[in-house]
Amino acid sequence: MRTTQAQHRSPWGLAALGALLVSSSSTLAAGLGQPEPWQMDRQVPVTAEAVDLNNFEHYLHWLSFGISLFVLALILVCIFKFSEKANPTPSKTTHNTAIEIAWTIIPVLILVAVAIPSFRTLRTQLSDPKADVMVKVIGHAWYWSYEYPAVGEQAGFTFDANLDDEKLPKLLQTDNEMVVPVGKIVKIQVTAGDVIHSWAMPAFGFKIDAMPGRLNQAWFRAEREGTYHGQCSELCGARHAYMPIVVRVVSEQAYAEWLTEAKTKYARLDDGSKLADAR
Amino acid sequence: MATAAAHAGHDAHHDHKPSFFARWFLSTNHKDIGTLYLLFAFMAGIVGAFLSFGIRMEMEEPGLQYFSNPQTYNVFVTGHGLIMVFFMVMPALIGGFGNWFVPLMIGAPDMAFPRMNNISFWLTVAGFASLICSLFVEGAPGANGAGTGWTVYPPLSSSGHPGPAVDFAIFALHLAGAGSILGAINFITTILNMRAPGMTLHKMPLFAWAELVTAFLLLLSLPVLAGAITMLLTDRNFGTTFFDPAGGGDPILYQHLFWFFGHPEVYVMILPAFGIVSHIISTFSRKPVFGYLAMAYAMVAIGVVGFVVWAHHMYTVGLSLQTQSYFVFATMVIAVPTGVKIFSWIATMWGGSIRFTAAMHWAVGFIFLFTVGGVTGVVLANSAVDKYLHDTYYVVAHFHYVLSLGAVFIIFAGVYYWFPKMTGYVIPEWAGKLHFWLAFIGANVLFFPMHFLGLAGMPRRYADYPEAFAGWHKVATMGGHIFALGMVVFFIGVVLAFRSKTRAADNPWGEGATTLEWTLSSPPPFHQFETLPKIVDGPAH
Repeated sequence: MRTTQAQHRSPWGLAALGALLVSSSSTLAAGLGQPEPWQMDRQVPVTAEAVDLNNFEHYLHWLSFGISLFVLALILVCIFKFSEKANPTPSKTTHNTAIEIAWTIIPVLILVAVAIPSFRTLRTQLSDPKADVMVKVIGHAWYWSYEYPAVGEQAGFTFDANLDDEKLPKLLQTDNEMVVPVGKIVKIQVTAGDVIHSWAMPAFGFKIDAMPGRLNQAWFRAEREGTYHGQCSELCGARHAYMPIVVRVVSEQAYAEWLTEAKTKYARLDDGSKLADAR
Repeated sequence: MATAAAHAGHDAHHDHKPSFFARWFLSTNHKDIGTLYLLFAFMAGIVGAFLSFGIRMEMEEPGLQYFSNPQTYNVFVTGHGLIMVFFMVMPALIGGFGNWFVPLMIGAPDMAFPRMNNISFWLTVAGFASLICSLFVEGAPGANGAGTGWTVYPPLSSSGHPGPAVDFAIFALHLAGAGSILGAINFITTILNMRAPGMTLHKMPLFAWAELVTAFLLLLSLPVLAGAITMLLTDRNFGTTFFDPAGGGDPILYQHLFWFFGHPEVYVMILPAFGIVSHIISTFSRKPVFGYLAMAYAMVAIGVVGFVVWAHHMYTVGLSLQTQSYFVFATMVIAVPTGVKIFSWIATMWGGSIRFTAAMHWAVGFIFLFTVGGVTGVVLANSAVDKYLHDTYYVVAHFHYVLSLGAVFIIFAGVYYWFPKMTGYVIPEWAGKLHFWLAFIGANVLFFPMHFLGLAGMPRRYADYPEAFAGWHKVATMGGHIFALGMVVFFIGVVLAFRSKTRAADNPWGEGATTLEWTLSSPPPFHQFETLPKIVDGPAH
């Protein structure tokens, strides 16, 4: 697992991230942490894994575009070269073994070329590196709650994040935010209290369903400070569109300060020690 | 495809025609039942389209303009999906064109079980009635209707919808599902047992092959849906906890059961369309279909593999790496036989002498647009990428390309191709072509921007959205208006057909139309092939 992490701290990942950030500063490009008007591409990836996925998906789209264009070209040839005016006598050809083999084998080869990077990125996505920070995320109808568990001597705390419709951008802001340190592996364990929800964060390149009675785990390491927005991504009732997700990525120093403030500001997470003492 | 020493059946020895009530409510005639299904699909389609107009009008701008309660928006989305899938596409392609033309193409006088055929139709109508009822009773607290999406996932559809609306929706699916299972039995028995002498399976027209594979998919997948929704019904009403973790159940069990049906279901919707495309392309290119055996067995392969890829709809629920990897692999395999079909249709046109009738416009448009929808499917098949795109508008774009710009285009293609045969009247070609161009432009303007919305992160089933998504939504709604204009042209064309004095010939399409239905009058007699035709040739292969 250390090796996996080292690979993703490789120059290629960061260079790709850098290149993407540069290119995304132009108009019509992806949004950073939130969508931009007329956006046509993914939101800017801020984790190395999201950069990889972004590149893989660009590759898939170029391939798709090429194949569609190829099919369109063949159809246009048929329309113009083989209309009844241009070709009054139809041929009787119904077979051509060579071409039938070609159009079976070539798609197989293309799919293999897709599958190889696909499996590689999937394996990284579902790996289980050692966490620097753990957060438990609980979906409710219709808000999210976050639990930061006790670490050593420090008590844990929990808070709710409700839609804040006074703040802009509309439908993307909450009253409390999930805060994490930059450059650290954050693991989230996601569940739900009632119906199925889904915790989505486009800037990190993934979503994970929040299911009652189940604890789903995902991880990310944000490489860039900022405020990132996501929205609930599984139909959960009337206010499905009104339970956004906000993650604020800050420096380690700022994170430590926030932790101190949070422990006094937010409800204490009862870890059972009070009950033990009482006995 | 088959030249036959055919006797056009005649009903000279029929003393009486059935009364109006007997003919239309107690039918045992596959052509009349086909007509009933087509008319029903058309009317249900109008209801489904009305719901989609509601969706598009609300989505035109951010904020809630038309729906005071977002739950009602969810009800519209659910109703639109269920109606279009179960009460428009399936009745049109299977109940409608399947009933009309499979017996004619195989030289049979009717389906194997003519009376069961009728009950399949009326069960479907009853299902639709139950679904409409669901819209007017309470679902979630404070609103009417089931706002669960067509997928009806618990716990939203169980504890989240205490009112009876979801029960009515479940009943609707049971009724329609029963109708389809009985219909599948009918198609399989008819095709396997009632082909005219000399018509081996390898001489059978591709539309009949398509309906045969589709019937097997329905037969094997619908019972699993029935099981899933019955378990949901008992969870809701009889204290069971199949999908409730508090009682030891699991919501993911529902998803596995639903999608085990749900994935073959999408092939049920497209395979008959594949069959129709083969007929239309071959007729108007005046060439036999390229690679007939490969085409038939590609459909079989798509059907078989379609049963083992269901969890690609579940990549975000927390499946293991091995499970997800398997489903990525299996899903991509389906692209191979599908590609074979696309290239074979093009190879059929290649070297042909193509006449661009209205029906041919729709079929050729389909080949390109289905390719676009298909490649976005390959993108989504990759779980790593799907984790971003799942439940976004990218998925909505994908399935509307393969359904609205795929299956629905071929429903219209089938209408323009077979309308003269079914009615004896002729829809003016200019109307069919104008309708095509309005639908082509409209549907592309409507659905292509949804790829961008999904990539930008817009989730689906959202009544309201952040400002940034407004631009593409406005464009999409404009596309919806253009598509609707095309529907008006379609109506006008049909009305003009019935008002015109022109009558259709037995075979209006020329030497390219080689299947048995074109040897009969337009419309065919009430009973045909009372003396079975003898099949001499098959499709060239």
